[in-house]
Amino acid sequence: MNAADVALTVDGIPVTVAAGASILDAIAQAEIETPTLCFLQTLTPVNACRVCVVELEGARVLVPACARRAEAGMKIRTDSERVRHSRKMVLEFLASTVDISTAPAMQRYCAQYGAQPQRYGAESAKVAQPVKIDNALYVRDYAKCILCYKCVEACGTDAQNTFAIAVAGRGFDAHISTEYDVPLPDSACVYCGNCIGVCPTGALMFSSEYELRARNEWDEAEQSQTDTICSYCGVGCTLTLHVAENEIVKVTSPIENEVTSGHLCIKGRFGFSYVQNRPEEES
Amino acid sequence: MRGVRNGAKLYVVDPRQTSTARWADGWLGLDVGSDIALANAVGREILAAGLENREFVTRATDGFEEYRLAVEPYTLEYAEKTTGVPASLIRELAVAYASAPKAELCWTLGITEHHNAVDNVRALINLALLCGHVGRYGSGLNPLRGQNNVQGGGDMGAIPNKFPGGQDAEDPASLAKFEAAWNVTLPRKSGWHLSDMFAAMERSELDTLYVIGENPAQSEADQQHANELLRGLKHLIVQDIFLTKTGELAEVVFPASAGWCESEGTVTSSERRVQRCRKALEPPGEARDDIVIMCELARRLGYEWPNYTPEQVWNECRSLSPWHAGMSYARLDELDGIPWPCYDEQHPGERFLHARLWENPVGGPRAPFAAVAHDPPVEALDDEYPLRLTTGRRLDAFNTGVQSGGYRSPMRRGERLDISPQDARSHGLREGDRARVSSRRGSVVVPIHIDNGLRPGLVFTTFHYNDEVATNLLTIDATDPQSGTAEFKACAVRVEPL
Repeated sequence: MNAADVALTVDGIPVTVAAGASILDAIAQAEIETPTLCFLQTLTPVNACRVCVVELEGARVLVPACARRAEAGMKIRTDSERVRHSRKMVLEFLASTVDISTAPAMQRYCAQYGAQPQRYGAESAKVAQPVKIDNALYVRDYAKCILCYKCVEACGTDAQNTFAIAVAGRGFDAHISTEYDVPLPDSACVYCGNCIGVCPTGALMFSSEYELRARNEWDEAEQSQTDTICSYCGVGCTLTLHVAENEIVKVTSPIENEVTSGHLCIKGRFGFSYVQNRPEEES
Repeated sequence: MRGVRNGAKLYVVDPRQTSTARWADGWLGLDVGSDIALANAVGREILAAGLENREFVTRATDGFEEYRLAVEPYTLEYAEKTTGVPASLIRELAVAYASAPKAELCWTLGITEHHNAVDNVRALINLALLCGHVGRYGSGLNPLRGQNNVQGGGDMGAIPNKFPGGQDAEDPASLAKFEAAWNVTLPRKSGWHLSDMFAAMERSELDTLYVIGENPAQSEADQQHANELLRGLKHLIVQDIFLTKTGELAEVVFPASAGWCESEGTVTSSERRVQRCRKALEPPGEARDDIVIMCELARRLGYEWPNYTPEQVWNECRSLSPWHAGMSYARLDELDGIPWPCYDEQHPGERFLHARLWENPVGGPRAPFAAVAHDPPVEALDDEYPLRLTTGRRLDAFNTGVQSGGYRSPMRRGERLDISPQDARSHGLREGDRARVSSRRGSVVVPIHIDNGLRPGLVFTTFHYNDEVATNLLTIDATDPQSGTAEFKACAVRVEPL
């Protein structure tokens, strides 16, 4: 243990983390799973979703595990009645207002915490709205958006530094927006797709995936995933090619890879069609 | 950008105000082809301010006195006049670079696609040597590679003066090693690089060309001339995933598979990281793996070669190249790639090179300064061709467009000639107008785009849309005698409204 290391307990289990680590890191050290939606190790925590809250002995309110730094002597409880109740409420509020049909992690958390979004009734407020399809590469279905801010962060200072999107509006009207709500082709967007890469609910989706889902032909169990290296510039980004029936249907990049931590550019993420515009398919 | 946010200083030297320049502490918008004048002035300024790393220069370098004398005439006043960059900004860059605890120089084709490419690079190396900004983690010289395997191509010996692993092709020990391994007699002399080959075609000394994965009919400078030479060949074989324009000229075409997703192998990135490419798709029709094509060809030429697997080929390379010896497929998988040199299976690969320069006494030969002088672009501007054309790429596209032309990029606007607001006004041109652009070699018609990031006198275009606008009809094939690179970055043109 370094002098700067921090010792604390999680559900009674003693753990030690490096100075600066979060409570979430300490919980992971104790091998306890925590639900997270707005958190990603490559992004700055924004405390938007509150699904990772834990009880900190001596604190008046529950604290977000992702953003709060671990301190020496902290006593953390991750599975108290209060924590479970709070997480359940957060999940119910989100799931009753947004469409979580393409958000497997949220569906899993809802089951785990016994969330019953339907108890608010069919008339409960929804963020339902038409899908935005304004370019050939990806679609934005904000009926599925939980406002986790991950896309805003990836577009901004945490990865791309393009700042094409931000949260506009207040309260229930808050939504992810381009400048003046213009269509993407008129915005600053450079189509890196790093927002799609971090979206936890499928609100941002490759057009190819969207179209296959619409035709009921999207079946991840039938897809292969192969890691290779991008064919364009000399950075050497790892591409995970998702392939169905000898066609690339989606490109992702592993977040733990040290070259670009899962981030890509337009060419790497979308520029693959030259290997599949095959004459026999055009006819 | 993370570095900039953590407080790193960023200076951008580029004739155009690029998107990177907008984040920089300083943008040095120099005239195309004045890089040496700028670098030498920076060097002189560092010396004048006494900011050089005297201990490093004395212990680890050679030729400092000649360098000092060579940069003496490059005063700030001269540099401002020659480069167009304000003297105060040149001084600021010199002080920032020399006083930084760690500093890197990164460059790409703006330095190397000139008739004096090697001298341009030497001018930058001089600065790193002067300040000791080389051979330490975070300090160094970084040519940023424009393609996923341009580094690996050279490292594997696809370069006329090297065997795999940077081993000299004229060195008797290397020759003996490769002759023994391959059981052949090898030429004693280095071969020709691309520009040498075209010169040899011109002299009728080269009549057969086997082109793999390259499209010189569209990518060469002075395209018309290049095509005449290609058409004059006795035999042209093209191996590619597409029937390129070069392929259309060929007598024999071998349909190949895409190296990054239809076959297995390795590529090497800008950071010397060797990485594995893996097969995800079956290639179409009769397309075959490059290795299979070459093995088949070898059999027709009378050699008993089986169809080697990519891993067998790689392991042969490891047995002959000490740089790659420790890079088994298993380790490349485990470590997400390994930067060379990696001498054995315990070696993690080197994060940076030239650490030997910091040994005392210096390990191996000293690093030489090179006294280099400003030499403007071959084609000077005059009344007939008064504008400087420089070429490059746009974000969503790639080279001759063979790969990037097929996907539906919302950013694609087709070919355009970027021009400064001042030049547009004086030529009576508005956004979207079509104009004729002419050089001494050819002329093209292209729509106009007004770019506020361009200084007057400079126009820019790409070579992504060859079938619509054959930009390389304009470019000049003046080449650097040392590297063979053509001066794609500087020719003289005139623009006329239609």
